[in-house]
Amino acid sequence: MNNQGMKQNNRLVNALFLAPSLTAFILVVIIPFFMGLYFSLTDWNGAIQDKINFVGLKNFSVIFSDVKFHYSFLVTTVYTAANVIVINLVALTLAMMVTSNIKFRNFYRSGFFTPNLIGGIVLGYVWQFIFVNAIPGFAESMGIESLTSSLLGKGSTALAAIVIVGSWQYAGYIMMIYVAAIQNVPVSLLEAAQIDGANFLQRTRAILVPLVAPAFTVSTFLTLVNSFKQFDVNVSLTNGGPSGQFAGKVVKATEFLALNIYNTAFTRNRMAEGQAKAVVFFLVLVIVSLIQVYFNKKKEVEM
Amino acid sequence: MSPRRLNLLILEILTIILFIVFMMPFLMVVLNSAKDAKEIIADPIGFPSNWGTLLTNVKTIVTSPNINYVPSFISSIIITTLSLSLIALTAAMGGWVLVRSKTKTSTFIFMMFVAAMVIPFQVVMFPLVAFFRMIREFTHIPLLQTYQGMILAYIGFGSSLSIFMFHGFIKGIPLELEEAATIDGCTRPQIFFQIVLPILKPIFVTIVILNGIWVWNDYLLPLLILGTGGDIQTLPLAVANFVGSYVKKWDLILTSTMMAMLPAIILFIFAQKQIVRGMVEGSIK
Repeated sequence: MNNQGMKQNNRLVNALFLAPSLTAFILVVIIPFFMGLYFSLTDWNGAIQDKINFVGLKNFSVIFSDVKFHYSFLVTTVYTAANVIVINLVALTLAMMVTSNIKFRNFYRSGFFTPNLIGGIVLGYVWQFIFVNAIPGFAESMGIESLTSSLLGKGSTALAAIVIVGSWQYAGYIMMIYVAAIQNVPVSLLEAAQIDGANFLQRTRAILVPLVAPAFTVSTFLTLVNSFKQFDVNVSLTNGGPSGQFAGKVVKATEFLALNIYNTAFTRNRMAEGQAKAVVFFLVLVIVSLIQVYFNKKKEVEM
Repeated sequence: MSPRRLNLLILEILTIILFIVFMMPFLMVVLNSAKDAKEIIADPIGFPSNWGTLLTNVKTIVTSPNINYVPSFISSIIITTLSLSLIALTAAMGGWVLVRSKTKTSTFIFMMFVAAMVIPFQVVMFPLVAFFRMIREFTHIPLLQTYQGMILAYIGFGSSLSIFMFHGFIKGIPLELEEAATIDGCTRPQIFFQIVLPILKPIFVTIVILNGIWVWNDYLLPLLILGTGGDIQTLPLAVANFVGSYVKKWDLILTSTMMAMLPAIILFIFAQKQIVRGMVEGSIK
């Protein structure tokens, strides 16, 4: 085969090799993505046969004056903030424990990681049982008055309940990221500091914290994005309930954004508004990612 | 006892307590899967009076037409294995081409895959369903409520991260290896399948694990593509249907959750190291 023919042949092989993943990606992500941007500016009702009318930014002005959407945004933000803090604290504590000299540390490590292998839907049902039956049952038999009613019955405690489940599910995973970082800290450095007379706190502050800082950035953004997208546990644990009050309107107290988007489209049958909410949701995530890229760039400069 | 040993002892006790707290939900599931409905209401935290009930409950779940455990389990297996093999293989092929052909087009395509990682599922899910319906209208290929539609969706959504990770790994493979093979008369496909693919094994395992946990547990995508109560159901869908359609029969619900968790936990026991490494690597990228 001459050179020209070989080059052409190579190009054909390249195209054939790239085609399967690229086709699937375009069909499933790229085309629906642009369709979605367009639909958010129309009166689309989910059907494709009907005529679709362009309505400009009307859906956005509707959702920006929708109290339920405001509330969803707020409660998702509160949940995300609480989740990021709790998960990172728990994960860091667990990581310190399983990297110390205690017996069976590898066994504990696997145990803490296990909840992460199971889907949020299934876990949500398990925890629903715990909050509705097991904890009140236990409280009654022990005579603890304050815990006999379910946490899921009140908005604020239901939110706390989702934080508990979210953290329980995710902390073991983030723990592994911290474990990897801590294990990268050279033992010789810690030993040298110890010989020089640095106590535990000093060693933690001067050596461990700076060297674990990159893992902290990774974990923060990871938990931030994942908490913001929370859907499965939200559906199976509370399904948005109970009902609550916000700005004089009745709202679903734990309806996070992903669930609000889903319900707007399918339960309340407003596809275009649901799509507009999804576009806003997307833009928020883009901003978070840009901030993350900025942080990573900054870190590279420092190193 | 020296203060150092005392510290270690305190740490050990604290860890054990936290460990028990972490394992409590699993314990609750197992204990209550071995009770009947009445016993759960009467005593939701104690040990079951008769462990034989566990077998009765499992039998009910397996045979009950309301939960469809066995068909859903089989569908989950089919969807997961086919999606994983196809995601990993197509992404490896695509990633290799994108590393080795240094053109503007290939850079653009790679950037598109990377940028798409920011796109949340929520923003594409409604149009995706409409688009699949449209495809059926024009080509008569059914994608909704079918295996091919489900698997196509997983390849599409899985491709971004997978190609990105393969790309990163393949960049580190010396080109000389492939050049030598070309001189020896290997064709491009031969080079990929006989030389590159074997080198990719570790990253292949990582990709399969990362996507495997996601696909096996996924709820929203199957809900939209397969629908509730359709012919094909995955395990999370089946469990959700079962819970949603009845007054809370906790004995059976908990047994069904236990049986949905079991495959992942068993797999974890055998492949702990790979699973942990795979998932952590995937996050840091």
